[in-house]
Amino acid sequence: MLDNPTESYVTADGRTIGAVVMEMRGITLRFGGVEAIKDISFDVREGEIRAIIGPNGAGKSSMLNVISGFYHPQEGEVFYKGSKRPPMKPFQVARQGIARTFQNIALFEGMSVLDNVMTGRLNYMKTGFFSQAMWWGKAEDEETKNRAKAEEIIDFLEIQAIRKTPVGRLPYGLKKRVELARALAAEPQILLLDEPMAGMNVEEKEDMSRFILDVNDEFGTTIVLIEHDMGVVMDLSDRVVVMDYGKKIGDGTPDEVRNNQEVIDAYLGVSHD
Amino acid sequence: MGGKVLADITPSPDAPHSVPALLRRNAAKFGGDSAYREKEFGIWQSWTWAETEAEIEALALGLLDLGLNRGDFVAVIGRNRPALYWSMVAVEMAGGVPVPLYQDAVAEEMAYVLQHCGARFVVAGDQEQVDKVIDAQEKGPGIEQTIYLDPRGLRKYDHTKLTSYTDVQQAGRDARDRLKGELAAREAELTYDSTCVMLYTSGTTGKPKGVVLSNRNIIEASKSSSEFDSLRRDDEVLAYLPMAWVGDFIFSIGQAYWTGFCVNCPESADTMMTDLREIGPTYFFAPPRVFENLLTSVMIRMEDAGSFKKKLFDRAMTRAKEIGPKILDGKPVSGAEKLAYAWDNMMVIGPLKNTLGMSRVRVGYTAGEAIGPEIFDFYRALGINLKQLYGQTEASVFITQQPDSEVRPDTVGVPSPGVELKIGENGEVFYRSPGTFVEYFKNPESTADTKDAEGWVATGDAGFIEEDTGHLRILDRAKDVGKTASGGLFAPKYVENKLKFYPDILEAVVFGNEREFCTAFINIDLTAVGNWAERNNIAYASYQELAGHPQVLASIQSHVEAVNRSVAEDPMLAHCQVARFLVLHKELDADDGEMTRTRKVRRRIVEEKFADLIDALYSGKSEQYTETEVTYEDGRKGKISATLEIRDAATVDVEAAQMAAE
Repeated sequence: MLDNPTESYVTADGRTIGAVVMEMRGITLRFGGVEAIKDISFDVREGEIRAIIGPNGAGKSSMLNVISGFYHPQEGEVFYKGSKRPPMKPFQVARQGIARTFQNIALFEGMSVLDNVMTGRLNYMKTGFFSQAMWWGKAEDEETKNRAKAEEIIDFLEIQAIRKTPVGRLPYGLKKRVELARALAAEPQILLLDEPMAGMNVEEKEDMSRFILDVNDEFGTTIVLIEHDMGVVMDLSDRVVVMDYGKKIGDGTPDEVRNNQEVIDAYLGVSHD
Repeated sequence: MGGKVLADITPSPDAPHSVPALLRRNAAKFGGDSAYREKEFGIWQSWTWAETEAEIEALALGLLDLGLNRGDFVAVIGRNRPALYWSMVAVEMAGGVPVPLYQDAVAEEMAYVLQHCGARFVVAGDQEQVDKVIDAQEKGPGIEQTIYLDPRGLRKYDHTKLTSYTDVQQAGRDARDRLKGELAAREAELTYDSTCVMLYTSGTTGKPKGVVLSNRNIIEASKSSSEFDSLRRDDEVLAYLPMAWVGDFIFSIGQAYWTGFCVNCPESADTMMTDLREIGPTYFFAPPRVFENLLTSVMIRMEDAGSFKKKLFDRAMTRAKEIGPKILDGKPVSGAEKLAYAWDNMMVIGPLKNTLGMSRVRVGYTAGEAIGPEIFDFYRALGINLKQLYGQTEASVFITQQPDSEVRPDTVGVPSPGVELKIGENGEVFYRSPGTFVEYFKNPESTADTKDAEGWVATGDAGFIEEDTGHLRILDRAKDVGKTASGGLFAPKYVENKLKFYPDILEAVVFGNEREFCTAFINIDLTAVGNWAERNNIAYASYQELAGHPQVLASIQSHVEAVNRSVAEDPMLAHCQVARFLVLHKELDADDGEMTRTRKVRRRIVEEKFADLIDALYSGKSEQYTETEVTYEDGRKGKISATLEIRDAATVDVEAAQMAAE
């Protein structure tokens, strides 16, 4: 079933995973003489939760930055929705329906949660500077619609109580959630999450996991996530790519990956006796 | 006399006999007024009475379509949302009995209740509640359908026993022509004596009991209490207390339907304070803890404020504490006082009330436990008409309540309209009223134990009625009340509460049952006393050291003596004066079994554990060495030892004083 890129299948828990929506082919990324990513290929299917894992410095975030258009690989191609993607700026990628969150929270600290979420609606605001500044004509209607969508997301992520609170005053766990809210406000088809659970306590991780699953379930969003917490990754994701020193050393379902000798070696070290 | 009370209250045949009938009346008489509001997606959505009627009717038809029979129980679980209130009324309309459950109940508790009433349907708020119902189902009860409100996260669930609320309503609308007659017939069958709701009491001992309340109970209680406080159609309430609690049912359904005021549901539990401020309720109920927390947060913020603002606030509050209550009680105030209060109201009090969301509160109630007089005074100084009531589920809330101009922190008020009170031989309070519950469901023994043939219900609380004012004062749980060796009444909690109202005293345990005199263990409040020590340059290394400091003991002694003087004012309770006390070397702690997890002292265990100290209190020693085993947070055990100083406190000799007076 997984071999045919155009066929969809149904998972054990009853979710339908669609055809391949994005494919990396032979991606190689160099910074000067350093090869951060070496000839990596993998695909992402529609509606799945795809994890990228690996030890520190394995090139996971670089991979995500390639997908989001922040880095341009020296070799290899990204295929999106069946066609080869030309080199793009991040904002162009965002317009194609790919949104992301950052490992180190990148919110506007002085702005309220609501305003931060509204910035995620940027691509849906078409009226000009003048009419927005005057809140006149179409701008009013447009803002009402965007606000409604933002409120829907605020409700979904249960952050109503902090709607008007400046982001700078929030604890870390909530900031992460606000970042997710901003990414969701863009109504992405693919959501890139860079370590959504880094630095969280168990309870916050549970909350975040539930939200990720709910996003996938409710909006049908395809999710590509990087995560260190193996327990979380194995529970959440449908398929996992394992990287080590810029190379792909494993790819498959959590169970396949868990039993892959190369993966075990990379994570636990190899004994020499 | 017994029959008279009940005979008086049968309404005329055309008056509404049930909650659904009240709904029909409201929709016909003022259908365009707001009945419900809920904040959703950042906006207050509202429903008029006419819309509410349509919503409820559609759901009732949907329930009939699902096969609801007369007398079927339908559990309702979730946070306060209009749709859940509608569910309760719709169930009654369709001939069933709504059973609201506590939303934080764990699956086992839920399973017990669902099994006990044999609920066929459940209306659940969200995925969390649905999960619990599914858990409970595995343990036995045959829930046929669970109707859920918020579809989030439920898409993948097996929907053979799961339906969404909107689908049920839609099915009801589609089947309208077919089922309209049946619904009308069932609605017409509802009488004053048919069951309106069944509420499970949380019950500190044993399994919860299902209290059956009839339309008579609910409507009569709502009617007389609405009249007592002259509630109006333009009043606003915020529905944020658990829906399974009788108070919420009376406020948000009983009184709301009787009076026709609007019920506002907060966006989520976390946004309660913001929503409170936005709505500005005119009729507000909160347990003492909510008022305490609000006051503390105000005080802490004032401590952090600049000295000018602090001074302004202090001056305004000192003045307001004197004038505010007088104005509220309608006592004479001089022109200068009026002017000063008006000025303060503009500068300090008004803005503060606005921040608290209480600018518009006309009637505020607190109940459930004793409220500190200084907390009470604070809100009354602000001009908030905060009153106390005394009630229980079995009485449809109201037993006594305080009339507008007779508000005092130490009483719970006069009997509510239609309520008769009597005090039993052991001091226990009994009542009889139109609101008195029908029975405990499937539990005739408990019903008989609580309610006698004449309809008198035992409250389990000991108290007495003040002769001159007619106000009821609650002393303690009846089982804790005893007698001193000289035959005087011993009510430990009454004295303990008085002691605990001092910020320095965290906990107090008074002994004296069948003893010559009363004694007390005191726990100091480390935050308050530590703060005082810091300001007065008193160095201390541990709780134990601070607790044994002579200056601390002296200040506690002055509190105890002040309490003695106030206790002595009441000849009935004069024997409860504390003659000797000590300050404990450790805090009473739930980990050591000395308290329950809800921080209530376990009297018996404390008595056993500190038997040597009690002996010392009664043997006249001036100090006592003791060793106590303690459990640390990580479960390790250790021992702490201390030599405690025992102090005598001055008591007022009431008999001598009385004789002198004579």
